[in-house]
Order: sequence, then structure tokens, then C-alpha cells
Amino acid sequence: MMVAAVALTRTRNLFAVIVLFGLYSLLTATVMVALDAVDVAMTEAAVGAGVSTVLLLGALHLCRSVEEKPAHKPWLPLLVTIGTGLVLVYGTWDLPAFSDPEAPIHTHVAPRYLEDGPRETGIPNVVTAVLASYRAFDTLGETTVVFTAGIGVIALLRRRRYVREGKR
Amino acid sequence: MKNDMVLRVVCKLLIPFILLFALYVQFHGDFGPGGGFQAGTIVAAAIVFYAIIYGLNSARRALPDRIVEAMIAAGVLLYLGVGFAGLYFGGNFLDYFVLDADPVAGQHRGIFWIELGVAITVCGVLLKIFYLFARRGPDQE
Amino acid sequence: MSFLSHYDYAVMLFLAMTGLFIVIARGNLIKKLVGLAILQTSVYLLYLAPGKIVGGTAPIIDPAFTVYSNPLPHVLILTAIVVGVATLALGLALAVRIREEYGTIEEDEILHSDEAPANDESQR
Repeated sequence: MMVAAVALTRTRNLFAVIVLFGLYSLLTATVMVALDAVDVAMTEAAVGAGVSTVLLLGALHLCRSVEEKPAHKPWLPLLVTIGTGLVLVYGTWDLPAFSDPEAPIHTHVAPRYLEDGPRETGIPNVVTAVLASYRAFDTLGETTVVFTAGIGVIALLRRRRYVREGKR
Repeated sequence: MKNDMVLRVVCKLLIPFILLFALYVQFHGDFGPGGGFQAGTIVAAAIVFYAIIYGLNSARRALPDRIVEAMIAAGVLLYLGVGFAGLYFGGNFLDYFVLDADPVAGQHRGIFWIELGVAITVCGVLLKIFYLFARRGPDQE
Repeated sequence: MSFLSHYDYAVMLFLAMTGLFIVIARGNLIKKLVGLAILQTSVYLLYLAPGKIVGGTAPIIDPAFTVYSNPLPHVLILTAIVVGVATLALGLALAVRIREEYGTIEEDEILHSDEAPANDESQR
């Protein structure tokens, strides 16, 4: 995945960039399965490797360009990025180790959902139970966000642009 | 692409299975991975597949613009309807326990309807965005 | 050394920084959006990793298993993925409109034509 991401940075042909992005999404979905996040992996595979790639290709077809060569060497962004990365790595030093069962994330609310979820809701899939029942309000917000994005895209792309001095 | 025999046949063979899989993912989201979002995306992907092979106009004849736009709103309204039904039957907003005599069955009912609402909205939005992108020709200048 | 137990954070931060680098350092709008998507995906992994318990299984309750991975990050990231694709779609729609209005999607050229004398704008 790191190789795909770095290759994506250096590639200038936008079609290749999009294909690499699809590959990157697929690898992300695979890593998510390895992390036992099966719902998330299915969504990432469907949305990231499927729909996102289609939308990017559609936009590329409408924009039709190859990326220009950058005017100057990107030393400052590289410095900023590496600096931020080092600071963040230093910040994650104190986080719990990978797969630590005593981490706070596992001891506060999660056991309650895992134990009471199937009993109260009758649904074995705890992720769906939490998403649709315990935290249904958040899912309502998310559906509204998707709805708003759809409305936004409709508002932006509704009409084919007519002659320049015509419709405005 | 609709002149290529292999693509046409494969497309016609695959799309029913894709749609069936989407329905499976939708309704078995309770017992395995899945749920509304995934199902909505898979249905949208199936129709995009059809549009790519047979052309955008065939897809728009199969699923007209008005229906897709109605779907976008219908899903959110369905979700809100379930929420208000909770209020109507005496509980809180989005309360499922009051939707049926047995609280657990009420949960099942509530979750079923809101997942359906989510799937409809997601499918509608993704399809509409695809239609808008595909219908717009590239700039001529 | 605690690096071995924290290596997952380092990998994901590397991916996040790559995405950030693309957003800052490249001028093409579509590539910036792809960089943003990479940044988002790496953050999803960053959230999912602490939820995993080695030896556990997916959080679908089944009598055969006793140890489950934490379901709460999954819920959060599921929402985040869907919101991410919504943002990507809006960003792409904006890029398409910018292309139609300015004729280009390179950031420097857009800024240049914005700073050019205003007689270009008044004719639109």
C-alpha cells in the first residue's frame, strides 16, 4: 500500500492515478478484513474501489488533462509533511500497543454492547445493531449528509452550460 | 460497447445476480456483514455497469431521472417516518421498543425499515451523480 | 523498544502524510482530491487498528467464539466512508465546473487567471 501511495504521488498521467487509487482502495479493504472489520471492508470495497473510481473516471473524462510538471521542487511541502509525520508518530508513542486487550477502548462501553446488544435487539451483528439502533441518530445524520451531497451535485451540474452570454 | 457480443451476454447474465446479491446483503445485514449502505452501493454499481455496456440512454429508460430523484428523497423520508412513528406510538424519537407488542420484534421492524431507507437514498444519490457526470459532454473548446 | 508494538501507527501515518503531501504539493485538482481520499482512507485504518484483538474475530455474536474485536470503531468508520465518498463527489463536481469556467484544472493557472485584469471576468 505504501508503494501504491508513493507511486500515486509521482505519476502524472491522471488515468494511471485513478487506477492506482482503485488498487489502493482494494488493498485497504483487504487490510480491513485482516483487522476483523468485515462490514467496513465490504463498504470500502464497494464504495472506494467501485463508486469512487467510477466518479473519478467520469470527472476525468469531463476534464481531460494530464497533470502539469510542478514548477519548482516541493521542498517546503516535503519538509512540512515529514515534520508533521514525526510529530504525530511521537504523539502515537503513548497510545496503547497494537492489539492490547487492556486498552481503554475495550473496557468502557464496548463490552456492554457486545453482551447486551444481541439480547436487547435480537441481532447478532453488533455493528448493525449499534449503527441502526443504539446510534440510529448518527445514521440519520449520515443519510442526510449523503442526501445533501446529492442535492449539491445536482445543483452544480444540473444544466449543460450554454453559450457564454446566454444562460447564467 | 453494445456491439461486443461477449460483453453484452456477460452483462445480461451478471446483472440479475448482482441485484440478488444486493438484496441478500441488505436483508442479511443483521446476521453477517452488510446493511443498507453496502446494498445501496451494489445496486448503484449494477446499474452503472448496465449503463456502461448499453449506453446511458438505455439505463435512463430503465430507471428514469424522475424515479432516481424521488428515490433520493424517499429514503430520508422513510427514515424520518420511522423516527416519527416512534413518537406517534408513545416513545422517544427513533425509539423502536414501542413499534410492536414485543420490544425485540419492534427492534427488528425499526431496523428493517431504516436500513431500507438508507439503501434507497444511497442508491439514488450515487446513481444520480453518475447520470449527471455521464450526461454532460466534455468541453468542446 | 516500543516501536515494534506501535509499528501500525507509523505505517498509517506514512500513508496519511503521503496523502497530505499530494494535497499540498500538487496543483492538479483531481490529483488533490485523490490525495485527500488517500488521507481519509489511512485515517480509517488508524481508527480501526486499535480495535483489533489478535485471536478475536469479527463482531458478529456467535456461540462458537468468545473474543470479539471492538465494534465501535467499525460503526464510526462506516459512517466516515460514506461521508467521504459524498465529499469526493461534491469535490469532483466542483472540479468539473471549474474546468468549464476556467478551461483548466491546474491550480496555478486558475490563480493566475483570477489575478489577471478583471476584463476577463466581466465578459462571462
